[in-house]
Amino acid sequence: MLEIKNLRVRIAGKEILRGINLKVKAGELHAIMGPNGSGKSTLALILAGHDSYEITAGEVHYQGKNLLEMAPEERACEGLFMAFQYPIEIPGVTNLYMLKAGLNAARKHRGQEELDAMDFLKLVKERAKLVEIDESFLNRSVNEGFSGGEKKRNEIFQMAVLEPKLAVLDETDSGLDIDALKIVAKGVNALRNKDRAIIIITHYQRLLNYIVPDYVHVLVDGRIVRSGDKDLAVELEAKGYNWIESGAAAASGS
Amino acid sequence: MPTERKVIEELASKEYKYCFVTEIETESIPPGLNEDTIRLISSKKNEPEFMLEWRLKAYRHWLTMKEPSWQNVKYTPIDYQDIVYYSAPKSAGDGPKSLDEVDPELLRTYEKLGIPLKEQEMLAGVAVDAVFDSVSVGTTFSEKLGELGIIFGSFSEAVQEHPELVRKWLGTVVPSTDNFFAALNSAVFSDGSFCYIPKGVRCPMELSTYFRINAANTGQFERTLIIADEGSYVSYLEGCTAPMRDTNQLHAAVVELVALDNAQIKYSTVQNWYPGDKEGKGGIYNFVTKRGKCAGVNSKISWTQVETGSAITWKYPSCILLGDNSIGEFYSVALTNNYQQADTGTKMIHIGKNTRSTIVSKGISAGHGQNTYRGMVKIQKGADGARNYSQCDSLLIGDKCGAHTFPYIEVKNPTAKMEHEASTSKIGEDQVFYLNQRGIGTEDAVSMIVNGFCKQIFRELPMEFAVEAQKLLSISLEGSVG
Ligand SMILES: Nc1ncnc2c1ncn2[C@@H]1O[C@H](COP(=O)(O)OP(=O)(O)OP(=O)(O)O)[C@@H](O)[C@H]1O
Ligand SMILES: [Mg+2]
Repeated sequence: MLEIKNLRVRIAGKEILRGINLKVKAGELHAIMGPNGSGKSTLALILAGHDSYEITAGEVHYQGKNLLEMAPEERACEGLFMAFQYPIEIPGVTNLYMLKAGLNAARKHRGQEELDAMDFLKLVKERAKLVEIDESFLNRSVNEGFSGGEKKRNEIFQMAVLEPKLAVLDETDSGLDIDALKIVAKGVNALRNKDRAIIIITHYQRLLNYIVPDYVHVLVDGRIVRSGDKDLAVELEAKGYNWIESGAAAASGS
Repeated sequence: MPTERKVIEELASKEYKYCFVTEIETESIPPGLNEDTIRLISSKKNEPEFMLEWRLKAYRHWLTMKEPSWQNVKYTPIDYQDIVYYSAPKSAGDGPKSLDEVDPELLRTYEKLGIPLKEQEMLAGVAVDAVFDSVSVGTTFSEKLGELGIIFGSFSEAVQEHPELVRKWLGTVVPSTDNFFAALNSAVFSDGSFCYIPKGVRCPMELSTYFRINAANTGQFERTLIIADEGSYVSYLEGCTAPMRDTNQLHAAVVELVALDNAQIKYSTVQNWYPGDKEGKGGIYNFVTKRGKCAGVNSKISWTQVETGSAITWKYPSCILLGDNSIGEFYSVALTNNYQQADTGTKMIHIGKNTRSTIVSKGISAGHGQNTYRGMVKIQKGADGARNYSQCDSLLIGDKCGAHTFPYIEVKNPTAKMEHEASTSKIGEDQVFYLNQRGIGTEDAVSMIVNGFCKQIFRELPMEFAVEAQKLLSISLEGSVG
């Protein structure tokens, strides 16, 4: 589904991603962990099509297409979803209004008929239940006045409505209380299926107790320095990034 | 954001949508202005003597006045001798009695504009008094309104049929000597709308006028007069569209509203006159005097305006709050794009006790657009317990445009309470990107954000109008973000 080859990215003259390689198949759930500033959000934003970064080398293929050539909205319509680490507020634009526009844009893109207001409302209410979001949130302006945790939950709610093929969740767990964390995890698990791939960026192994990943990657200083299964996250939790970083130094030295 | 810029550039090259000229026989008089011109206009309209006197007095005063220069707009000087002061579709000479008599070409024009002039659309609840150049051509639903005692029709008709009402109220809110453009209007105004709601009557439908400037180099000098008698209510819509012209056209209208005891007038405008091309060439000069007088106790006047058109807009719908406990409101969205300039705002003059006013102004500037809010709140000595709330928000799209705010406050009564809030924000690239990520293209994303910004105002508009306003805003945003 997704293949990233030797991706190198710069911003403001600084190289942030320094040769990323990653393969994600349909049905898989990958977790990416790594210290602050290591480039995790940058990778997510590059996948979503943010264009303030300069891509100096590498390729990204998504469902057999050259992802880097597609406009952000085209990627979204092709089933790529990103849950933002810092969801932005859009005053005066309701969640419902935005989601209807987004969903129908994607349907149009796929040659499907647009959903009418009734069907859309039905879908939205059903998905709101999934992430246990109160219906009053539907008619509130996008993220405006939402608490930190509510914003994160709203991202997962949007994912549930848009039903992406590939979802990149950037630190959706941070800022959540323990109950909210469980609800979000339940939502994400409910959305896991054999056709959908999910990449979860997180700092905490705790989340991975609830959402069990197939693979865990450790991103340090713009490179994936270690990949493994869920046990890698446990080990990381116990030993910290220093353990990996010294290992990485050894690896690149050889 | 390069992609954003590209979309916007493409948008900028779109042409004005209402670009067509109706071929229709018109009767015009030669350009130029002197006392004879005014006598000619008055006689063509078969006016009673008091009207001619009123016009001549205004003209003589106008000659002593200077064009104002304090407003924050720039334009090439207007040659007042080069304007045609009277132009009318020929068939209107004897006045169409019904829509069947109206030139079909004209009706097609209205159809293109999407004006619901036809009977079936009327059933949707809008009575339209359409002003085509200078003469009203079709007034619908007047009969039904007539049963309630409501008078709604062209100004010329009112002069013929209800001269006593016209004489009583004309110029009582905007005197003929009020300002340069109002004086000019008073001297030469060709037609407009007149509306009288009798005591205790709640007008059952939205009344509406569409203005359209057609003949080249025709100055437009409409005059609207609305009187809401005691305990009555009326909601009035004004919409405007003009076809593309190369030379700038002057529009100097006057609107007067009078609300007597316990009466309420809601006046909504959607203005989308030709704004000029991308370089700022052509377009309408819109210099308008709009003023309402809350003459009676507990009366209320609300102005809601969405201004997206014109090369230059200069307009300050105002309220004189004379009656005790009267209320004035001003809700405004003004959008300037390309080289458009807008200097708009309001005046709230508190004279009566416990008078209240609310001002909410949303200015959007894109391209090289310049948007100025100019508001005045005056609390007179006797206005015990007067209150005002003002909020002015500006949204900038790109970095070549400007927003300016000039709030003037004059308080002569210590019991007055004033609140003022202001904000300026830039449309965020991260907001656009967020919407992009949800599948929404940049063009739609920008108009979504702008519509969100204006929501507070759109809520004040009647339903159908709000939808139209949103569409208009999207069309007018062509060429934004830099
Ligand atoms: N616009 C920018 N200008 C300069 N530097 C930037 C910019 N955007 C990101 N960076 C830098 O790129 C590096 C990677 O940032 P990124 O947000 O991808 O880190 P992260 O791994 O997501 O960190 P965190 O765990 O704190 O969210 C950081 O050092 C950051 O300062
Ligand atoms: Mg991050």
